[in-house]
Amino acid sequence: MKKLISAATLALSMSVSGLAVAEPLKIGMITTLSGGGAGLGIDTRDGFMLAIKQAGNDEIEVITEDDGQKPELAVQIADKMVQSDQVDILTGIVWSNLLMAVAPSAVAQGKFYVSTNAAPAALAGENCNPLYFNAAYQNDNLHEAMGEYANKDYKKMFIMAPNYPAGKDSLTGFKRFYKGEVTSEVYTQVGQTDYAAEIAQIRASGADGVFAFLPGGMGIAFMKQYAQSGVKISIMGPGFSFSQDVLGAIGDAALGVKNSGHWAKDLDNEANKKFVEAFQAEYGRLPSIYAVQAYDAGQLIASAAAKADVKDTEAFRAELLKADIQSPRGKFKFNINQHPIQDIYVREVVKDGDVLTNKIIAPVFTDHEDAYAKDCKM
Amino acid sequence: MTLALALEQLLNGLQLGVMLFLMAAGLTLIFGVMGLINLAHGSLYMVGAFACAAVASATGSFWIGLIASFACAAAAGAIVELLVIRRLYDRDHLDQVLATFALILIFSEGTRWLFGSFPLYLDIPRLLQGAVALPGGAQYPVYRLAIIAAGALVALGLYLLIGKTRLGMRIRAGESDREMIGALGVDIRTLYTVVFALGAALAGFAGAMVGALQSVQVGMGEPVLILAFVVIVIGGIGSIKGALLGALLVGVVDTMGRFLLPQVLALFVPPSQAGLIGGAAASMLIYVMMALILAVKPRGLFAAAHA
Repeated sequence: MKKLISAATLALSMSVSGLAVAEPLKIGMITTLSGGGAGLGIDTRDGFMLAIKQAGNDEIEVITEDDGQKPELAVQIADKMVQSDQVDILTGIVWSNLLMAVAPSAVAQGKFYVSTNAAPAALAGENCNPLYFNAAYQNDNLHEAMGEYANKDYKKMFIMAPNYPAGKDSLTGFKRFYKGEVTSEVYTQVGQTDYAAEIAQIRASGADGVFAFLPGGMGIAFMKQYAQSGVKISIMGPGFSFSQDVLGAIGDAALGVKNSGHWAKDLDNEANKKFVEAFQAEYGRLPSIYAVQAYDAGQLIASAAAKADVKDTEAFRAELLKADIQSPRGKFKFNINQHPIQDIYVREVVKDGDVLTNKIIAPVFTDHEDAYAKDCKM
Repeated sequence: MTLALALEQLLNGLQLGVMLFLMAAGLTLIFGVMGLINLAHGSLYMVGAFACAAVASATGSFWIGLIASFACAAAAGAIVELLVIRRLYDRDHLDQVLATFALILIFSEGTRWLFGSFPLYLDIPRLLQGAVALPGGAQYPVYRLAIIAAGALVALGLYLLIGKTRLGMRIRAGESDREMIGALGVDIRTLYTVVFALGAALAGFAGAMVGALQSVQVGMGEPVLILAFVVIVIGGIGSIKGALLGALLVGVVDTMGRFLLPQVLALFVPPSQAGLIGGAAASMLIYVMMALILAVKPRGLFAAAHA
């Protein structure tokens, strides 16, 4: 019965859309606006909406819904957006496990998915898809950059990540480029808030550096506790652990920490200056990497929409692939697997007036490609 | 593995246990006296942390924030008791769970509405910054030692309150026979509100102490709530003594498991695998312990004598 109804609605909707002329482009944004991870989703939404607003295209309509960081909820919302709202493009999901629940089925139904953050390896290699674009990075990239950076000054590293797929990818990415000795590889619980046991192990490990991938609240807790522990081994991590959304809550304990990123507030290019200024004027705070990625995703969609009709899938895809945008990251282009080729930098947490933020020290990779693109046959 | 490391981990376990005790004490009191399952206890913990962070950043003093956390959580507890919980005592546990779950959602979104989605900053007071040397050469954060001391003081205070005062006598009487204490002319409604506010204040105090160590954010109470339930089930529902022992047991076993299991496994499998499997096994350890204890003592270690 259900099948019959959905078939009937589909037929009906197809006949209706066949009649309409010059339809608007509908974008469904599913992101995390409640719960512990809401900070990331709010930056995603705000960055994206800024780009859409700047594009000034009245034909673009964005519907936003909160997934509460729950995969089952994200799937429901996606179904609703595809079937009853009839969106053309889905975007906005922050977490890889949610993305894996939504994106493959969306592209199978002929919708575009443009990722603003999550970039699991599973969608970058063999299972790449012409309708799936990633405007952010590939999950391993920032960890790989830290591995490369650690080669310079660190002989023995203690590495740590939460026990879930992205955590495992993180340490794999780090080890892909790090040549020194890994003294311990520790997996913590997802959402863990007390790191006393791990800090004691770090103290006893004899390592000369610590690499920690702990996004959101986990990183805040770890850094504050580490600063009080009296352990002096230097900490580094991917940009997620030290992004603008958590720096305020970590406080001065984050000062001087090295972390990798494909963007920082002080990146010297015209588009970045304009973006940071516009974001601050609009929302009264500094943007995070999540905001930048979503901003670029918004720009990409707007740039393609200006030249092609989204109903003409091939033409629209070709326009997206050109990546004809002024990214705050400076250079931006797509690889064959439709993930970015971009520069990755090492940044340091500094104090700018009263506000903690990241400053770029040096590039680690230039035009970095991910390790999975070679398996993508498109 | 050195002795210093083992000692440090033991202290870490104690500190976690003491913090769990602050949560579990309120939970078990409320269940023991009023027969109420309060899922919103974690929200009161969050209220305490937010109150402390907000007041500390406004006044610049952690200590005023700490007092505020006590007051705010107690007030929130009393208000919730008067408005909602009071209507639930005669209902069955399912209704209580549903209503207090709704309270979690209301508290979470209310807090987000007031403070926004980004975590707040709460730092450790200057007096308790830094680390002290332990015998054996390792260093240990002063603040964690202070938490252990504060928890021990609260445990002592609760023991005196319940064992030696008139209020404590009424609480014990309320635990044994609710109808009878009402018939004897004790104002049971006020007693319930006081007990609920006391439990809430302890949770708020725990939230503020831990907030300085971790991150103050919406939803921070729920993971602790689950552990606190494990604690009171192990300790015997309604028993403060059981809550203390259960909390210390859970704290030490959890910490030692996270630390020792990967090391033991590393003797048999490659280190990276050992980390992955050991980490996963360690997170199950306290639940396995709970199952074992319940198999031997189905009503927990110090079950109250009555039904």
